[in-house]
Amino acid sequence: MTRYFTEDHEWIDVDGDTATVGITHYAQSQLGDIVFAEVPAAGATLKKGGDAAVVESVKAASDVYAPVSGTVIEGNDALEGDPALVNSDPESEGWFFKLTLSDSSELDSLMDAAAYQAFVDGL
Amino acid sequence: MSEEDAFELEPIEILELPLDIWHRDKGARMVEFAGYHMPIQYDGIMAEHIWTRENAGLFDVSHMGQLMLTGDGAAEALEALVPGDISALKEGKMRYSLLLSEDGGVLDDMMITAVPMGLYVVVNGAVKWDDMGYLREYLPDEITINNMEDRALLALQGPKAVDALKRVVPGVDALYFMEAGSFFWGPKTDPEPLWISRSGYTGEDGFEISVPASRAKALADQLCAQPEVKPIGLGARDSLRLEAGLPLYGHDMNPDVEPVEANAAFAISKRRRAEGGFAGSERILNALANGPSRKLVGLSVEGKMPVREGAPIFVGEAQVGVITSGGFGPSIGAPIAMGYVDAAHNAVDTPLEAEVRGKRVSITVANLPFIPHHYHRKGAST
Repeated sequence: MTRYFTEDHEWIDVDGDTATVGITHYAQSQLGDIVFAEVPAAGATLKKGGDAAVVESVKAASDVYAPVSGTVIEGNDALEGDPALVNSDPESEGWFFKLTLSDSSELDSLMDAAAYQAFVDGL
Repeated sequence: MSEEDAFELEPIEILELPLDIWHRDKGARMVEFAGYHMPIQYDGIMAEHIWTRENAGLFDVSHMGQLMLTGDGAAEALEALVPGDISALKEGKMRYSLLLSEDGGVLDDMMITAVPMGLYVVVNGAVKWDDMGYLREYLPDEITINNMEDRALLALQGPKAVDALKRVVPGVDALYFMEAGSFFWGPKTDPEPLWISRSGYTGEDGFEISVPASRAKALADQLCAQPEVKPIGLGARDSLRLEAGLPLYGHDMNPDVEPVEANAAFAISKRRRAEGGFAGSERILNALANGPSRKLVGLSVEGKMPVREGAPIFVGEAQVGVITSGGFGPSIGAPIAMGYVDAAHNAVDTPLEAEVRGKRVSITVANLPFIPHHYHRKGAST
């Protein structure tokens, strides 16, 4: 399994043609207390860069973009009852959705962990 | 140079509060608000909100305008522009009021206190320059408007605010809600007079403290050294005031609405209702007598998804209102909102729908405040 990152502060775990997507520790720390998350339904078709999910803090609503194109297999239902999982465990239990990749070449433009860390350090 | 170039605005410089460094040292995340760099949060909005409801929170509100109106007849003159009975205000008493445009629209909301010199008026930071221009234009030349830019304003809010503050500034516990006075702070050899009122914007008991900007850091440090006190950012200030049903100027009130529809009829004093004679009084007194065509109301929200400012409110296909403030209420554990709703649909318990990202959410007209106020009122048992 390989983990990629985007400049929109999402992580993508890729296993074959299946990917799991969430937001990074940095992203959750910037958003603050998460009170609501809306994840896409199974079967939804996502286009790279399009709206995929919504995460809301006390203050504001933020869009989560699809880091790659594909078809949603599953949204994380646990976030409905416990949206604060995005704060407490963003890069594991607080995942947003799983999808089947439609174009694995899209992964080529994403960052690895070291590149993402350098990107965050430069902010 | 084209005409367009000639009118291009220079980038506006974002100003620093007297406590700017202090906030950063405390770990604040700073944002631009009302033309200033301001702390939005330190530990997190949720924790800061709950801390303030249970203990005491220190807020830096130095972006707000602290104006002193002096000159013979200042109270009577100001009454032409506000609907409150200002001339009857006794020294050390304060009143919530509204600055009105000629047609009765709300230009700002403000706190007016009678002081020995004249009237001490605290206005919103985002519109303070407009307020001063408007007051200067409409008040007689004999009335002097002094913008006290050399003073900071700190708010200490919460059920334990009185315990913390009276340790630092003896005697403040003698004040009741909406009273104010001058209190000495610091060593007997070099006492600093502070202007302190028992008021605030959280629905809790608390104080607002006007202090020379040069002494603000020393006072903030001493207050935060008290075990009850933590610094609190703008984010929690907003969620606290929303739960308390208090309007935010520029969102829940603006120049297009008059005080009655803004749910602020209480700010129109009895004598002024009888006599009129303030800006827009015809329109405002008509709204009082006949009921406004729409009104700012509280709205409870079904489910967990917040409904935010700008969301339209529907009954079936008909739009009957709009959300003006909305978010999550940490003490309630659910989303809450305020908005304007047409008269036919704004009775408490009326079921409505808001539209968020193309989806309908059930909302219900609710009593304000969402969380009961805990003010230290004179004559009350607590």
